[in-house]
Amino acid sequence: MANIQIANVSKTYAGDIHAVKSVNIDIADGEFIVLVGPSGCGKSTLLRMIAGLETITSGTASIGGKIVNKVEPAERDIAMVFQNYALYPHMSVYANMAYGLKNRGTPKAEIDARVKEAVRMLELEPYLDRKPRALSGGQRQRVAMGRAIVRKPAAFLFDEPLSNLDAKLRVSMRGEIKQLQKRLGTTSLYVTHDQLEAMTLADRLVVLNRGEVEQIGTPLDVYHNPASTFVAGFIGSPAMNLVNVEITGQTIAFGDQTISVENRTLPQGKSTLGIRPEDLRLAQDGSGFAFHVDYIEELGAQRLVHGHASGTPLTVTLSSEVALPEDIRLSVLAEKLHFFSAETGKRITA
Amino acid sequence: MKRVQFSHPYLPYLFLLPQMAVIFIFFYWPSAQAIQSSFYLEDPFGFGSTFVGINNYTDILSSSEYMRIAWFTVWFTVLVTFFSLSIGLLLAVKADAILKGASAYKTLLISVYAVAPPVAGLIGVMFFDQHIGPFVKFAALFGWDMRIGINYYDTAIAMITIAVWKQIPYNFIFFLSGLQGIPVSVREASAIDCRSGLRRFWTITLPLLSPTAFFLLIINMTYALFDTFGIVDTTVKDKAANNPITLVYKVYMDGFRGNDLGGSSAQSVILMIVVFVLTIFQFRFLERRVHYN
Amino acid sequence: MKKYIDHLILIIGVVFMMGPVVVAFMTSTHDAAEIHMQGLMTTWGGHFAETYDEVLFEKGGFTGQVTGLAMLKNSFILGIGFAVGKIVLSMLAAYGIVYFRFRMGVVFFWMIFTTLLLPLEVRILPSYMVMSKLHLIDTYSGLIVPLLASATGTFYFRQFFKSVPDELLEAARIDGAGPFKFFIDILVPLSRNMVAAIFVIMFVYGWNQYLWPMLMTTDESFFTLVRGIKQILLVWVGSQIPDYNQAFALAVLAMLPPILVVIIFQSWFIKGLTESDK
Repeated sequence: MANIQIANVSKTYAGDIHAVKSVNIDIADGEFIVLVGPSGCGKSTLLRMIAGLETITSGTASIGGKIVNKVEPAERDIAMVFQNYALYPHMSVYANMAYGLKNRGTPKAEIDARVKEAVRMLELEPYLDRKPRALSGGQRQRVAMGRAIVRKPAAFLFDEPLSNLDAKLRVSMRGEIKQLQKRLGTTSLYVTHDQLEAMTLADRLVVLNRGEVEQIGTPLDVYHNPASTFVAGFIGSPAMNLVNVEITGQTIAFGDQTISVENRTLPQGKSTLGIRPEDLRLAQDGSGFAFHVDYIEELGAQRLVHGHASGTPLTVTLSSEVALPEDIRLSVLAEKLHFFSAETGKRITA
Repeated sequence: MKRVQFSHPYLPYLFLLPQMAVIFIFFYWPSAQAIQSSFYLEDPFGFGSTFVGINNYTDILSSSEYMRIAWFTVWFTVLVTFFSLSIGLLLAVKADAILKGASAYKTLLISVYAVAPPVAGLIGVMFFDQHIGPFVKFAALFGWDMRIGINYYDTAIAMITIAVWKQIPYNFIFFLSGLQGIPVSVREASAIDCRSGLRRFWTITLPLLSPTAFFLLIINMTYALFDTFGIVDTTVKDKAANNPITLVYKVYMDGFRGNDLGGSSAQSVILMIVVFVLTIFQFRFLERRVHYN
Repeated sequence: MKKYIDHLILIIGVVFMMGPVVVAFMTSTHDAAEIHMQGLMTTWGGHFAETYDEVLFEKGGFTGQVTGLAMLKNSFILGIGFAVGKIVLSMLAAYGIVYFRFRMGVVFFWMIFTTLLLPLEVRILPSYMVMSKLHLIDTYSGLIVPLLASATGTFYFRQFFKSVPDELLEAARIDGAGPFKFFIDILVPLSRNMVAAIFVIMFVYGWNQYLWPMLMTTDESFFTLVRGIKQILLVWVGSQIPDYNQAFALAVLAMLPPILVVIIFQSWFIKGLTESDK
């Protein structure tokens, strides 16, 4: 078990391509950290630098208080689960799990005991002698997990481990990973581009964009207080509506409409207003602003209503109960409004 | 290249050492020697050699005999390439079209790949033999007195037939795997768009096969130029006198029979340039013409 | 109707391709005088045992010094030796090129690549002279090693290694495998099918060598079967009734092993051929 410190870590390719720009993250012992961001945001590069598969251009990575910049991957006391599992295709499930231990000279009996334990935990007992190609996707995923577990490493590194699975399996494996990590208490660093996966797994989220940290925080904190328009748009599905507005006093103007807000101080002048689809309501008796419905996606309990207000596209989550006319009026919950700087996109804290 | 590579001060050199050693001793050294001695005239009695500049080259290129052999080589190459490619393609298309017995046909059609050129030559020579050859008897029915090894054109015909026979399996294998590489969806789409099978072949199948065909074109030319040595040697029965021979055979004759080191080396260098140009052409052209991979 | 035409064309093709091979075998079972009078045979002649016995075990035959069996042995040595040598050399070289970052990598790559441009046939004479300088004439190494000086195998393995997922190396490194361990534990076992495929191709290629063995071996105890074909021709010139039966028997012996290898390992052979050649 160990904590991980990432201090001012940068990665530069070919002189001037900055894949990761001075990232700082402190990971406590036993914590489950998820690195999330769109593809090309540098999250995998960061993970691979911690694994020792990429060199660190500048800054330091430490595991358990020891700087590991120059340490071979095998000596960093980490285990990694890859997106395509990277199982050795010619080795049985048992041999796949035992290989790393064998290379470190772990005694045979010890290897056997550890593999057996992991296999029991992952319910892989019937498949010990099978080759990876004779396993289903979910089983391969478990073997990859098992290979990590038997090492009893200081940290697990996951590189989009679920993205090759079908949707249903992904949800159940997600649960298993979470439980397993809780039980083992091993510090974990998990990379994904799927914000839902990030939300459900993380103790803390690290949202990355273009090689830089946009926000670090608990899933709820990030969801309720996104630090920037990028985070606001990335975390949460359907995505937060972002509208360019101009505020004078308590009046928010967009297009040719206005919304009046009470009980809250508003940042004056131009800014970007963020509002989640579920924070918009059907307005009673002619209050609120006009909204034209373009089309509706039925989700069962709820419906997603896509339309526009004064030329600005908006998405609203509404209950499925009521029939909707084409033109409706919507109101907002004042305390659920988010404001971001029109120039930098950073959150404006009033 | 790989995202992650090892870095090690001497290991990569160690791994490459055997291959590089073999290449240096048996490729670069002789090649350099060939180029060097192509500029020298070797004393026939082995008393050293004199530098003669490009004389060896001018001698070769102004020799009418060399030119005659060069022309034969060109014709030989063109005919062998044309016939072995078209027969290979025809058989591949048919083998691809049928369902029953395809694998049996395939096995029988590719086996001859394994026959060595001189063995093919020997069997061919028997078929064209003066006493026992059925082809000669068959030709005699039409009053054609075939004399392999004596009549220039008769020998050429035998040589070409044998060389084509030997090369068909190779082309067949590549065309068949090219045909089977065409996605089923493309075939289905073309079947919906075009009713005539022949038209479909010309407008869809053949263009999609063009990378394979071009690759094979070059390979077949190289085959006809170099790999047919054994066939030529057996067909002319070791007596080149009035028989058609190819340029490679001439290199061998002048070098080992004629002991003309300089001349033979200069011929080698000329052939090197031909292969070089062919290969460059192949790479340049291939890059532009590949439809899918 | 169209189906029958397809089959007809294929049957004609098969007869054209396999006919000569079958006729060669059938004729080899007749005796020489019979062949001389009646020409090539399509039927079983009944002299199989004595002809092949003579060709395989009796010195004399064509060369006076070497038996067919000895030539068969030499052919296997050349075929297997060449295939194994090729696989070992090219796997090592491809491993060095693909999996290591080093300055000379690109230079080596191009030096190996260049060998594709010049077949052995165009540089036989200087090669021969190098061999005689090294005193390698009439040795097995002289027969085999110079044939290894081409890049085909290296390219084949380079292509294959590049297709191996990067993550495998990464996982192995995290599992503590160094360059040797990764090669032996992971890469070589992974390449099994490729090795088999290239072995088939290279065995046939080595077995069928003609020009090089012709130059490199003057001592008949080093003759291969294919090399022996040359002797048949030399003996023929001037003889009244050539030993057609023995010539055919030798030809059959020379082509049977590679044909069997190609037929038995057909899927490997096709894989090796279509994926390896340049």
